[in-house]
This record gives sequence, structure tokens and C-alpha cells, in this order.
Amino acid sequence: MSEIANIEELKKLALPAELRRAPVIEGNRGLGWLTDKLSAFAEAKVPLWWWILFVPAAFSAAVIFPTCLFYQVFTGVGVWGNNHPDMWGWDIVNFIWWVGVAHAGTLISAMLFLTRQHWRTTIGRMAEAMTVFSVAMAGLYPAIHVGRAWFDWFMFPIPNSNGNWPQFKSPLMWDVFAVNTYLMVSSLFWFMGMIPDFAVLRDRSTTRIRRAIFSILAMGWTGSAWQWHNYEKAYVVLCGLCTLLVFTVSSIVGLDFCTAQIAGWHATIFPLYFVIGAVFCGFGMMLVLLTSLRKLCGLEAIITRSHIDKVAKLTLLSGLCIDYIYLMEIFIAWYSGDPYERWVFGHRFFGQSYWYFGWMMIGVNVCVTQLLWFKKVRSNLLLLFIIGVLINIGMWTERFVIVVGSLYQDFLPANWGKYHPTIWDIGLYVGTLGAFFMLYLLFVKFLPVIAISEVKGAMPQGDPHHPLGGAQKGGH
Amino acid sequence: MSQAVYGLMAEFDSPGAVLRAAEKVRNAGYRRWDVFTPFPIHGLDKVMGYRNSLVGWVSLAMGAGAFFSVVFLLWYANDFDYPLVVGGKPMFSPPMTFVPSYILMILGAAVGALLGMLGINQLPRLHHPLLGKKRFELATRDRFIIVIGANDKKFRDEETRRLLEEIGGANIETVEDVE
Repeated sequence: MSEIANIEELKKLALPAELRRAPVIEGNRGLGWLTDKLSAFAEAKVPLWWWILFVPAAFSAAVIFPTCLFYQVFTGVGVWGNNHPDMWGWDIVNFIWWVGVAHAGTLISAMLFLTRQHWRTTIGRMAEAMTVFSVAMAGLYPAIHVGRAWFDWFMFPIPNSNGNWPQFKSPLMWDVFAVNTYLMVSSLFWFMGMIPDFAVLRDRSTTRIRRAIFSILAMGWTGSAWQWHNYEKAYVVLCGLCTLLVFTVSSIVGLDFCTAQIAGWHATIFPLYFVIGAVFCGFGMMLVLLTSLRKLCGLEAIITRSHIDKVAKLTLLSGLCIDYIYLMEIFIAWYSGDPYERWVFGHRFFGQSYWYFGWMMIGVNVCVTQLLWFKKVRSNLLLLFIIGVLINIGMWTERFVIVVGSLYQDFLPANWGKYHPTIWDIGLYVGTLGAFFMLYLLFVKFLPVIAISEVKGAMPQGDPHHPLGGAQKGGH
Repeated sequence: MSQAVYGLMAEFDSPGAVLRAAEKVRNAGYRRWDVFTPFPIHGLDKVMGYRNSLVGWVSLAMGAGAFFSVVFLLWYANDFDYPLVVGGKPMFSPPMTFVPSYILMILGAAVGALLGMLGINQLPRLHHPLLGKKRFELATRDRFIIVIGANDKKFRDEETRRLLEEIGGANIETVEDVE
């Protein structure tokens, strides 16, 4: 590096095309161009496609969601399909699904930061936003699933007139803390990451009101060396903590199941199973969001094909892990010699009810995922979008198979019964989907959707030891 | 509004240039100065002579505090104030407290990291003399700005201005202190 004085010399030294790493940002532009490009969408007029997506999402969030929520809270859990023996139904399936979607966001933004993957800078913010909004949706389900939502405060250690306390030896209790902590820490991480970018939008603002809003959000950020010094430390600490959360939250949800005696749940693999499943499901959602937003927001030069290729590879990796776990689960059910275990697993694929969900789960999560081995598939954005949607559906059916598939036929024939979701189950799910996409669209339009300062630091123009970053002969 | 001087600011156009300039300002013996950049620059910490940030310690203290407070809370709640037998297990044992205290340790440490960062950086603040300068808005875009404070013992308007010119600073301006 020390002998390179200018671009021409650098070009002479360059590696052949096959060996070169794809640049983080395409086109070798300057920092100013990048700032304009990344803030352009938040500053431009609201485009038509945004309204087309936003109106149905907002309708679902503002009408369907509260209707189903209030009807259930005022009437009782009986309005759902939950009934003996299927005391857990769509409410818990959707809870696990939403928590799952959240996990890949944390994994992308925190773990890839710790492993110094520069390409994460362009997609990290979108992933974090996905985490925050989906954890919020997830957190709602257990709160209303308890039946009498106005007694939710019983779950928190608050001194009360009854003189009693929560029972802390139960994983269901740990869940309360895990999900709330996850929501708080991921929002905090998301917000802190945005402080320097709020300052960018503040300094670019043209109207008084924008300036006021972003000045308050940026909290007086000036970007001094001292501020960056402490900020970077806080960021790396938060990344480490968020990485811990990837492994704790879903493990605890898994513990909710494996501490029960039900055949199909009572397995030590569950905590790991849920973590991997969560990450896989979240990568599916990430593919959906990235492939569509890249096109809609005109970010082709920023979120390059190489980044999407890497996300697809990570999806494949987590998909292979989940395939292994399916295999192990079935093998252990057979190997245990327990007739009830074998019965449950046999019925997942060859039973009278819900067998199609078992095959859907295998069909998508095992078979469709294998398509990602092919570079042709990984470079076809439409196909990746479809695979992302399919993975989300596949992972939803997996949770249904686990929850309902184990409950509907347990040890005694007296405990056998079918499960049917009602219109209120479906409505609430549609409502949470609407709320998620509404929040996400608001984020995409009004907040810095890509971490501007992080991308700058990952570019050669931001490296003081690179000729493009102003380094002179001799290093800097 | 008094027109006391806050300092002198100069612009640089690349991270490499500002890093070299910062070394020269340091070597000239100034102590009250800072570099404002759109993103953290590798190597600037060393030039500025910063030691390891205290944020990590704030986070550790808050995390450890949360961990032990929850252990205490669980002992108080499930053993002392309202003893509760669950499945014949002991009323209190360290393993039973691990998961809730571990989770709240993460929460405490995360809040500590954010508050520590804000506190040490003296944020939030509603105004800063530099935020009133039009050219300073470029510090979040593609310019790298060195400001030498008027409260530095070595600060002399003429001399400092000359130094900033010598090290390649452009658009050298006086920053007024707002009171």
C-alpha cells in the first residue's frame, strides 16, 4: 500500500476480475454524491407506489387490527379457535413467527458488524427496523393471549395489594422479560445508529419544521472526534449485547415448549431449533424487503447484487441448519422408542388432519431453499422475492405444525380434537401484518433508510490510508 | 448577543488530508481543538490522544447492577416476601435466577451504553456555536473540519489562522460564541 500514489498506479496493481472483491458501493462516487443519494428518498415528494402500498397497510392497521383486538379483549379468548385440547393456536404461532422475523435483523446488523463485514452497512438499518417493528407485533400476542389483558401487570414484579409476586421459575415468565428487553434494546440500538444520520438530514433540511424535528432527534450531534470515539465504543458494546439477544429470546420461547410434557414438544433441541428457525424466517423477510425496496427506492447502486447474493447465501446456510434439525427431530422421535413421540411425528406427515402443513414445511423449507445453491437463482431478484415469501409461509406452517400438530392428539383420546382458526384469528394476523408494513413504509419514507455515516466509512473515499481517501505516498 | 470568539474553523476535503493536518495541529502544541467529520476516521483517535472510551465501563456497571438487582429481587420475591414452592424445588437457588437476571443484565448494559455515550458526549444539547455556521453543515456531508478553540492557551487569531492555512485548510472562518 505504501508505494501507491494515485489511481493509475492502483489500477496497474489491481487483481484480475475474478479475484477482485465487489466494491461496497458501485460506481466509485464521492462522499457528497453518496449523501445526496441516500437522503434523496427521505426528502423527495411521496411517490405513488408508496401510497398504493401504504393505504391498504394503514387500513389494515387502523381498522381491521383494532376491531379484532378490541372484540377479542372485550369478549374473551373464546372468539378465537383456541379450545380444548388446542389451547395454543394462531396466537402463539403468530407470536413465534413475528419473533422469528425479528431475529435476522439483529443477526445482520449486530453479528455482521462484529465480524467486520462492510457490506452490512448498506442493509443494516433496514434489518434493524424490521426487527423493531416485528418484535412490537410479537409482543402483542402473549399480552392478549392471556385472556384478561387488563391483568397483564401481574406478570411484572410490582408490589401490589394482593401481596404476591410473579413465579420466576417458569420460562413463560422469562418470556415476558425476554421479549420486552428485546424490544427495548433493539429500538435503542436502532435509534442510536440513526443519531449521526439525523444530523445529516438536519444539516440538509430546507424547511423550518424539518430542521426542528431533525435537530431534536439528532440531539445536537456535531460529529467531533470525541463524539465519534465514544459513539463507536457504545456501538460495538450494543452490537455485542444484541448478538446475545439473538440467542436468548428465541431460546426462551423454545423453552416454553420443551418444558411441557407433550409429545413433539418435549425435546432438548427446541431452544436451538427456534433460534435457527427464527433466523431463517427473518432472512426470508429480508429478501422480500431488500429486493423490493432496492428497486422502489432507486437504491440499485447502494444495495448491490453482491449484497443480495450474500443475504441469499446466508439464507441458504440457515436453511441447511434447519433441515438438519428437522432430520434430527424425526430421527430422535424414532430412536427414542417412545410410541407417543412416533405417533405425533407420523401424524405430522401421514395423519388425518394437517398432514398438508407437514409437507408444505418440508416442501418449502427443505426443497425450495436448495434453489439458492445456484448462482442463476441468487442473481434473479424476482425469484429471490418469491423464495423469500415462500420461506415466510413455510416457516409459518412449521410453527403451526409444532404448536397445533402436537396439541391436537396427545396421550388420551379424550384430549383429541381439531383446531380451526376463526375470522378473528385471521383478522388479527392481517392487522399485525398491516401494522408492520405501515410502520415500515413510514420508516422508509421519513427516516434515513440506509446508515449514511456507516456507508461512508466503508468506502475507499472514507479510508484515510487509501489513495481515494486522500492518502499520500507513504501511507497517509 | 455578544460576539465573543469561540474559535477558528478550517475545511479539508479528504480523511487523509484531515488526518495529516490534525497531526500538525497536535505537534504545534494546541490542546483545545477538535476534528469534525461525517463518519469516524480510522487513526484519528490516536492523533487526538484518546484513551479507551469510558462508555464500556458505564455499560458494565449498569449491566452488573441490573444483574445483581434482579438476583436480589428474585430472592426477595420468591423466597423472602412470599415463599413459593414450585415442583419441590428450593425456594431460592442461583441457577433459577440466571435467565431473568441475564436478560435484564443485557437491558441494563444496553441502556448504560446509550446513556454513557450521550453523557460523556454531553448530549443532548439544543445548540452549539458551530451549528450556527453555514459551512459547518458540510461536516455531515463530505467536508472534514478542524476547529481550534479560542480558549486554548496558544490561540492567537493571526498565528492560528496562519497555521490552519499552512496545513492546507480552506475557507478559514471565525466562529462566534453565542450567548
